[in-house]
Amino acid sequence: MKPRRDRTGLAALAPFLWLGLFFLFPFLLVAKLSLSDTALAIPPYTPRIDWAAGLAGLRTFFAALDFEAYARLPADRLYVVAYLSSLKFAAISTVILLLLGYPLAYAMARCTPSVRQALLMAVILPFWTSFLIRVYALIGILKPEGLLNTALRMVGLGPVNILNTESAIYVGLVYAYLPFMVLPLYAVLERQQHDLLEAAADLGCTPLNAFWRVTFPLSLPGVAAGALLCFIPMVGEFVIPDLLGGSSTLMLGKTIWTEFFANRDWPAASAVAIALLFTLVVPIVLYQRQQAKLMEAGR
Amino acid sequence: MKRGLTTFNIVSLVIGFGFLYLPIILLVIYSFNASRLVTVWGGFSTKWYASLLRNEQLLDAIWVTFRVGLISATIATVLGTFAAVALVRAGRFKGRTLFSGMIFAPLVMPEVILGLSLLLLFVSLGMPRGFWTVTVSHATVTMCYAAVVIQARLAAFDRQLEEAAQDLGCPPIKAFFAVTLPNIAPAVAAAWMLAFTLSLDDLVIASFTSGPGATTLPMRIYSQVRLGVSPEINAVSTLLIGLVATGVIAAYLLQMRRRSEA
Repeated sequence: MKPRRDRTGLAALAPFLWLGLFFLFPFLLVAKLSLSDTALAIPPYTPRIDWAAGLAGLRTFFAALDFEAYARLPADRLYVVAYLSSLKFAAISTVILLLLGYPLAYAMARCTPSVRQALLMAVILPFWTSFLIRVYALIGILKPEGLLNTALRMVGLGPVNILNTESAIYVGLVYAYLPFMVLPLYAVLERQQHDLLEAAADLGCTPLNAFWRVTFPLSLPGVAAGALLCFIPMVGEFVIPDLLGGSSTLMLGKTIWTEFFANRDWPAASAVAIALLFTLVVPIVLYQRQQAKLMEAGR
Repeated sequence: MKRGLTTFNIVSLVIGFGFLYLPIILLVIYSFNASRLVTVWGGFSTKWYASLLRNEQLLDAIWVTFRVGLISATIATVLGTFAAVALVRAGRFKGRTLFSGMIFAPLVMPEVILGLSLLLLFVSLGMPRGFWTVTVSHATVTMCYAAVVIQARLAAFDRQLEEAAQDLGCPPIKAFFAVTLPNIAPAVAAAWMLAFTLSLDDLVIASFTSGPGATTLPMRIYSQVRLGVSPEINAVSTLLIGLVATGVIAAYLLQMRRRSEA
């Protein structure tokens, strides 16, 4: 039989072109716009390429680009604060998520297979439920005259003020991203061999010691996957700081939104987006590498 | 792993699941509250559901959202299937690293960036923003999720079946449709459902790429939530949660039955 030429790569053509047009190309536009100036026009920026003028038009276009929008970033305290606090919120929340998610995933992995399936389902369900609705559900609980304070009053404790503070953002981030942390952790913990722990016990290792020396190191790929899967989108989170954090807390996602919709400063919004993207490039590449490796391993 | 739960395990489970579910359960309960106040229980009532039916704006938004979801999920599933085939089956091809990068990056990319960049694309193409721009944007992001879901199933599928069909004279493309596709059908269906739900839920990308006349349900909910908590929003949320939960649990039970039959 004559060897068939492998043309499977052609399957990539349609999605490749689609993503090229709707995912990759738009980033060039964001980069371009971040070098432009605001203008009272529709769309509200300048320069625009004058195609009719040909090469000369292109030249004037490039000459008019500048780094002004970027120069404004470090000069304005607001951007710097938003940038740093985004990283702080995301980093601290990732740690809390690990502390909460790891014991949960570990306990799930120790259940009997049928219980495990049901619990897995219970973790996946909120993942499918609207993010916005889940954040909204927290408002009714956290607000000053909300359910949390009603419950606290019943047991004789004073009211706490959480909504519109930094604490509300932490509660929101941890609540919304918990399934994203538990799923990869559960995936690695569930696959672990019981024999390894038995061997450790036979060699005189205490259960706690066995956990730190066997289970935990073997689960590190899951820890890394969960941490990246949560950290990256949390840095640019918009809904949670906007609805729970009040007007005084700043995060980059919210800054981009405000610059764009409220201030109509498109170049500034683009410059902030590019700054955010540059910060996240390393974690995104790490995440993508890890996923590709997992995929190779699954083949 | 050793079976049998310690007290610590049980406490972790109770805290974890309590935290995940308590807010949703309270939201559902208070959608049946007769009182307009969120914390005062004024007796059982379904009046907020009735007032939902009279809210033209909300009904309009639901209709837009469903159409966007149906079309974008279908585009996303078709493109996602192609992408999954390329990722799993085609070894090295030109631009593979770029391709897999473009598939995985949108999964974690902050939505604000995706929304802003898509909007700038539509502006520079001179496309008026509205129904189709939201649909195309949703298809772009959800196809990556679809590709990942289908890819996992395709990688586990025994390729020899397809090769056997080809050895018996079946052309490759026909073998794919006759042998492989029916086998990965559950994953394709799951991918469609995931794409549909993601589209149904999205606020940020829709806000950037939508225009007049194409306000989606999350956009409507968001603008009402900004004005404060209202029992009507609780009611519409409860309906959405019920819809999604029914779908997910039905899919799960179906999968269980299939597994026990196999």
